Amino acid sequence: MFDVLIIGGGVSGCCIARELSKRTWKVGLLEAEPDICEGTSKANSGIAHAGFDAKPGTLMAKLNVRGNALLEELAPKLDIPLKRNGALVLCFEEEGLPKLQELYDRGVINGVKNLKLLSGKEARELEPSISPEVKGALYAGDSGIVCPFGLTIAMAENAAENGVEFFRGYRVTGVEQGDNGIYRVSCDNGLVLETKVVINAAGVYSDRIHNMLPEKEGHMTMEIHPRKGEYCLYDKQAGNLVQHTIFQLPGAYGKGTLVTPTVHGNLLIGPTAEDVPEKNAVATTRAGVDKLLLNASRSVDKLPPTKQVITSFAGLRAHHADHDFIIEESAGYPGFIDVAGIESPGLTSAPAIGEYVAELVQEILPAALKENFKEVRKGIVTLEGKTLEEKKTIVSENPAYANIICRCESISEGEILAAIHRPVGATTLDGVKRRVRAGMGRCQGGFCSPKVVEILARELGIPVEEVRKSGEASVIIYGGVK
Amino acid sequence: MKEKRELTCIGCPMGCQITVVLKDGLVTDVSGNTCKIGDTYAREEVTNPRRTVTSILKVVDGELPVVSVKTGETVPKDRIFAVMEEINSISVEAPVSIGQVLIENVADTGVSVVATREIKKV
Amino acid sequence: MIRKSLVIIGGGPAGMAAALGAVENGLAPDEILILERDKRLGGILNQCIHNGFGLHTFKEELTGPEYAARYEAQIKAKKISYKLGTMVMSIRDGEEKEIIAMNGQEGILEIYAKAVILAMGCRERPRGALNIPGYRPAGIFSAGTAQYYVNMEGKLPGKEVVILGSGDIGLIMAHRMTLEGAKVKAVAELMPYSGGLKRNIVQCLQDFDIPLLLSHTVVDIHGKERVEGVTIAKVDEKSAPIPGTEKYYSCDTLLLSCGLIPENELSLGCGITLSPVTGGPVVNESLETNIPGVFACGNVLHVHDLVDFVSGEAKEAGERSAEYVRNLSAPEAEEGIPVLAENGVRYTVPATIRTQHMKESQTIRFRVGKEYRGVKVCVYLDNTLLRSIPKRTMAPGEMEKVVLLKKDLADRNVKSIRITVEE
Repeated sequence: MFDVLIIGGGVSGCCIARELSKRTWKVGLLEAEPDICEGTSKANSGIAHAGFDAKPGTLMAKLNVRGNALLEELAPKLDIPLKRNGALVLCFEEEGLPKLQELYDRGVINGVKNLKLLSGKEARELEPSISPEVKGALYAGDSGIVCPFGLTIAMAENAAENGVEFFRGYRVTGVEQGDNGIYRVSCDNGLVLETKVVINAAGVYSDRIHNMLPEKEGHMTMEIHPRKGEYCLYDKQAGNLVQHTIFQLPGAYGKGTLVTPTVHGNLLIGPTAEDVPEKNAVATTRAGVDKLLLNASRSVDKLPPTKQVITSFAGLRAHHADHDFIIEESAGYPGFIDVAGIESPGLTSAPAIGEYVAELVQEILPAALKENFKEVRKGIVTLEGKTLEEKKTIVSENPAYANIICRCESISEGEILAAIHRPVGATTLDGVKRRVRAGMGRCQGGFCSPKVVEILARELGIPVEEVRKSGEASVIIYGGVK
Repeated sequence: MKEKRELTCIGCPMGCQITVVLKDGLVTDVSGNTCKIGDTYAREEVTNPRRTVTSILKVVDGELPVVSVKTGETVPKDRIFAVMEEINSISVEAPVSIGQVLIENVADTGVSVVATREIKKV
Repeated sequence: MIRKSLVIIGGGPAGMAAALGAVENGLAPDEILILERDKRLGGILNQCIHNGFGLHTFKEELTGPEYAARYEAQIKAKKISYKLGTMVMSIRDGEEKEIIAMNGQEGILEIYAKAVILAMGCRERPRGALNIPGYRPAGIFSAGTAQYYVNMEGKLPGKEVVILGSGDIGLIMAHRMTLEGAKVKAVAELMPYSGGLKRNIVQCLQDFDIPLLLSHTVVDIHGKERVEGVTIAKVDEKSAPIPGTEKYYSCDTLLLSCGLIPENELSLGCGITLSPVTGGPVVNESLETNIPGVFACGNVLHVHDLVDFVSGEAKEAGERSAEYVRNLSAPEAEEGIPVLAENGVRYTVPATIRTQHMKESQTIRFRVGKEYRGVKVCVYLDNTLLRSIPKRTMAPGEMEKVVLLKKDLADRNVKSIRITVEE
């Protein structure tokens, strides 16, 4: 019997898991995919939003600002790649300037610090590569860039170190409440777990989980609409185009196209916004990418050539019609907590979502703080950014670090082995990629994927044919040819 | 009966465009080639096309699970898959040396299959 | 710390031939060090098990591993030192060149050299650069990755295959996958001509009735976890897909063979100027980059079609590097004469020629931008026509060359050498 079961191993679920692991609850996390960070959390802008965008008074506004502050505090403790690069919201027409002012005022109400309205000239001085058409800009010094995988995985690892049990590859097929108030959560592989509290953090699928409990007074049917955003990621050669995250004045469909450096030094443009019927419709489209390139070229004077795009991808926002986070205990089902409608700024807000949910659980099922909670988590040791002397020490202590597997990102066997053998370790090619970036460089795994597959097979003790890219059907290679 | 055939020479990477004229199944003229290889290739290609087959063959206890191989000479084009079938049916034990004959008279073509790589025993 | 006269980065065909060239030109074998990141010498030739190599160099037709083995034997016979499994992390120019490398046995190595030859080869263009929309399932491989799986590991990456791009590796893989039991449904090529050698179109596609769809591209990839199919459409002259021409091909694998890019991270890191056309360093007649004493050859310089030409070019880089080491104290040479690629010629290697360093004859290699029939390649010294070479056919997929003689330039104050294609 669990005290709390979290459904969903995205950034929300993992942040909640880490927060809950501070107290004496017995906590489990169920993730449908073979790894955590497989849904919206893996395909987003990777921005630590300052918080001027959300409507004042909403939960979204509150958790955004709080989440951003928490990120700052947690990044050094949990080794989360975070950089405060600041953001600029660009305005291209004189008529738009009042809207910038509005945004500024909204930020002030939301409690955002370090905001400043700039003239076009001032903005260009700060960020010379932006368009000469810029008439004015809002500068947000508290905006940052964060690695979405790094954040999610750090939270999961720390949660696991503090006793949270992770069940990956367990798709929830049913939630029911017994007469004693205890919930029974069943999975597609036959596993049934009992728990006092259920947390529904299933992202775009959170309506399905919510609706598994029969509708009644206080528990109405929920609908989450997947809204697709497409992105293009450029080679690191283009990574220096801008220093700040460059937004455009928001439109009806969100924050518009952004141009940003990533925390790992690439250049990212995106996202589009398109409502899609399916919850896993993450295909990119020619029209989407073309639109993106066009929109982004409005922000910056010279967008790098498209041949420097190393990959394009799409993610789905878990959009709810209210456009606010829905984080509450169901009035109809005590102990069932929805964490739904978590779209942008969900990544930024996630640490605050964790905190907020933990408070809700504490009200339902009060528990004491653990004495031995480990609040520090060290990330995987990497060679990147180290001095020659430091590299020598790392390599002499662990010769596997001298065996470079991913040439583009200079990722060694040492890092890959760590990715596999850590708590909540990688079991798939994508899992390794998200933890240590092998295959994330300009050749996109051309050279290293066969080698990573080989290492995974060896370390997991399975034939190479059984190694997957991510899901069960994502076969990489078939059997031998002979 | 006179027949004209256009071919791309595969004798070397130049890929000369060769015209072969046949009369009653016999070659009467070859043109467009720039060397002797082209002439030979064209004559053979229209009467008895042949190819070198390169593939891999399973190795036991080797540093690699397979060894690359080739047919020592060309084999008739229509025998390629018969050759492959025989290559697929056997395995050899490491070590293998480069040039080592691994199959003699493969698929009754009179041609051997030889290793094109050294494989050390592990 | 290691000190050598010459460090060669890469132990593939270029690196090995460069080392031999340097020895032939008087450098002691123990003054040379080859650094190879793989477990064996030979580079990409190890996985190119098809034949067609060596006709120029050895006057016989060899497979890739056989060609590599011949060079490896010479390296061993000459006792040229090399380190395997060794990755170079950085090169820095200075009084000496500093190379930081590492391997599992020795850890991090600090190596100092008088001269460096870049011979790192090239890599395949990834999907992102091709901007193919659709899902991102398993089953999308670069042709080279598929080649590694099949030829080195004996594993089949797919059973029903569509190939995008008719570069040589794509064509060769159509052949190899067919022989190993896969069904290759089509090869789609964006351009109206193939980027591969003609012989490969015959031997790899026509022999097995595999359709080559020129002026076609993949416009959608289907399948959420593993590839389930692709949509291929015809494209117009501007390479834009033509609506209404889409056709669905069911397949479990998409191989990408859409060109190769010289691998120049290390070169960029040490300040070497690259050509925007080739992606490789800009070099002079000695195959020397803008950093004196750093030479480049093979596919890291510009992508070749034939390993024989790589070997030839690399041998020359080796010879030139030996000269450089010998004449280190010699005064700076004069500015080079620019070699200009004009009217259909996309680039030339070398890009400049210093007459005082010119040999009796100088090969200038180049590629053209489109297919030509019945044209001439003209060499001009400034505006004076020096030579006109008739060409029956030329194609972007096949590297061309012209030869310039030292006496052509003697006693003339030439400001530029122009290579053009003319009707």
